[in-house]
Amino acid sequence: MSNSILIRGGRIIDPSQGMDATGDLLIRDGVVAALKAGGGLPAPAGTPVVDARGLIVTPGFVDLHAHLRQPGFEEKENIATGTRAAARGGFTTLCCMPNTEPAIDSRATIEFILATAKSAGLVRVWPIAAVTVGRQGKQLTEMAELAAAGAVAFSDDGSPVADARLMRSALAYCTRLGLPISDHCEDPVLARGVMHEGGVSSRLGLPGSPAAAEDVMVARDIMLAEVTGGRVHIAHLSTAGAVDLVRQAKAKRLPVTAEAAPHHLTLTDEWVAGGQHLTGHAGSVVHAGCGPAYDTNCKVNPPLRSKEHVEAVIEGLREGVIDAIATDHAPHTVTDKLCEFENAAYGITGLETALGSVLSLVHQSRISLPALVDRLTWGPAKIIDHAKIGIGTLRPGAPGDVAVFDPDAEWQVDAQAFASKGKNTPLHGERLRGAIVVTVFAGTLVHDARSKGKRS
Amino acid sequence: MTIARSPERGKAAAVAPWQEFHRRHVLDLDDFSSEEIEQVLTTAGAMSEVLGRRIRKVPTLRGRTIVTLFLEPSTRTRASFEQAGKVLSADVINLSGSESSVKKGESLVDTAKTLEALGADVLVMRHPMSGAPNLVARATGLRVVNAGDGWHAHPTQALLDLFTIRQRLGRVDRLTVLIVGDILHSRVARSNIWGLTKLGARVVLCGPPTLMPSQALAAFAAAGQRLSIEPDLEHAIPQADVIMTLRLQKERMDSGFLPSMREYAALYQINDQRLARAKPAALVMHPGPMNAGVEISHEVAHGPRSLVETQVTNGVAVRMAILYLLAATGEDA
Repeated sequence: MSNSILIRGGRIIDPSQGMDATGDLLIRDGVVAALKAGGGLPAPAGTPVVDARGLIVTPGFVDLHAHLRQPGFEEKENIATGTRAAARGGFTTLCCMPNTEPAIDSRATIEFILATAKSAGLVRVWPIAAVTVGRQGKQLTEMAELAAAGAVAFSDDGSPVADARLMRSALAYCTRLGLPISDHCEDPVLARGVMHEGGVSSRLGLPGSPAAAEDVMVARDIMLAEVTGGRVHIAHLSTAGAVDLVRQAKAKRLPVTAEAAPHHLTLTDEWVAGGQHLTGHAGSVVHAGCGPAYDTNCKVNPPLRSKEHVEAVIEGLREGVIDAIATDHAPHTVTDKLCEFENAAYGITGLETALGSVLSLVHQSRISLPALVDRLTWGPAKIIDHAKIGIGTLRPGAPGDVAVFDPDAEWQVDAQAFASKGKNTPLHGERLRGAIVVTVFAGTLVHDARSKGKRS
Repeated sequence: MTIARSPERGKAAAVAPWQEFHRRHVLDLDDFSSEEIEQVLTTAGAMSEVLGRRIRKVPTLRGRTIVTLFLEPSTRTRASFEQAGKVLSADVINLSGSESSVKKGESLVDTAKTLEALGADVLVMRHPMSGAPNLVARATGLRVVNAGDGWHAHPTQALLDLFTIRQRLGRVDRLTVLIVGDILHSRVARSNIWGLTKLGARVVLCGPPTLMPSQALAAFAAAGQRLSIEPDLEHAIPQADVIMTLRLQKERMDSGFLPSMREYAALYQINDQRLARAKPAALVMHPGPMNAGVEISHEVAHGPRSLVETQVTNGVAVRMAILYLLAATGEDA
């Protein structure tokens, strides 16, 4: 069996080295062996060849924000199914969030996750540990030990670190570790609603959470980053105000980074009302009858925002104010979602639709393809690859993580066909343009959508 | 059957009204056409005639089963639906939150599917959460009538309000209806905004800024120019042909929306002093239950301009119309 793969003739986009050229890529012994613009790279005899002509070749995607649900909520997802979904979506590195049961607040849980990922996972899993014990918002976790065990960041995701004094302490404490705190920014008192507060929530009679609930917490965190010098990473940023705040923080060279989720870049609050249209397509549609109004698959935290916010987040992504696209993959069971909107769980399953969703921004000329690839690869890698093992890049010697995709392939989303246990997507039945063809993780083909006949 | 006839012509209509009603559910009025609303109001007129008879019973829905599932307290709406079903000879089964297995942790969808399996034809449901009837309508084969869901909708209340206004003033078109109070939490206000504007009325919303929905005009953009907001009741009153005042719940004080009942009453109570500045023929409505002395004075609630009791009586006719239009098969007609 060959220990090499040659990816031939694709358009190689690697923002880490400013590369955008047609060429060949050779992976050998699990790492990038050679990269050659123009092609003609020699390969050892018998090397399997991926014919990438007409396709895009990039570093494997890096997801700063996924919920793998293990341990504790294996009925929603586990590391095996979640990493299989990742491979299908072109992701080769997943940072998993600590809102598990028990929460990721001990060395034992981190070791369990790393061991399970190694034995059952298809891609790299890097745990994000809790900021506070049990995510209770009271006592700091043993951050140094957790970092030594493999935690790459800290977060109480699902909840913000509501206590400003504790957040300040956590940021200050983290300065010696150099790790970021990824904060779920929502003032818990202002954000008591179940969707974005605005015209749609008013029409549907659902309690709304104002955009200001996110803005005030982002502002607080930025100020605390300034005071402490600790690194703040704004998780799933979703408002125009937060984009402005992060833009200002970056202008002041504060240690602040941000991510946005595909759904906050492409879907609006009208989707909750069943006015389903991808941003940039048809205008607002008033819901009719029982239709898909109150679609619990659109219930997510922070909520899907109105068009002005979505536009601002897209602009932030284009400018680079937002460093990364992170899925906030949040799988749930049917029961978690087949209920009253107010009772439904928050979250959208996102790994397998992420690329097709965000490519719509390229198709609408809202962002260039290389910039989008940057936000999926090198942008997040810079935030999280503390050990500089070389994720998110195709520089020779880096891990052989590659995504090969067809930016124009149209496909219809079928949630039942997901590798993820979570079928909770508002995109079920939608047509997306852009699909992963091959994913290589550490030199191994972990996903191959080419027909059997063509498979090498 | 008498009610299959057009009351004006007094002879058998070629097509029974239910045959022309193509709706499976009544969840809100936002997706009703003005023609559909007219159809309900016309049918309610015929039902009103049945209610005026000495023996108030017709066999129209014999053999049909109507289940009322109320997961929130209610007196008038629930009794009104039950009465409507019984006058039409339907079998009516009443379930409430404390009796149903919802209390044992069964999901709403499973409860509704159980009722469907037991042979219910129509489910009349009230639920504290917006959109719950939409869920049941989507997840089961039941015909669903929304008897009030969260802050979202109360379509039969709006229909009976339309029926009452037309009965008293002869039309809805071009009237100005002032809705006063806690619009934010009011399903009655939401459904009335749709119903009234679809029939050509102008709707003015008035209430404390804390109890006004976010971006209310954008929310009901489909209602167009017919909807406006007037924060000052003193300015709003003289324009109104109908003043609809809403129940103010005590919880609003605890959650910081308002300083006190006293201040609310001082600014927004409909009383004789304020009515003196209204049009001479202006009428007052309230969906009930009333807090007399808060949003409405005792004198006005029981005075000559009050339509409160008429609303209750008309509620039965309108709900008969809805049940008939959804559940009739013609087998007993």
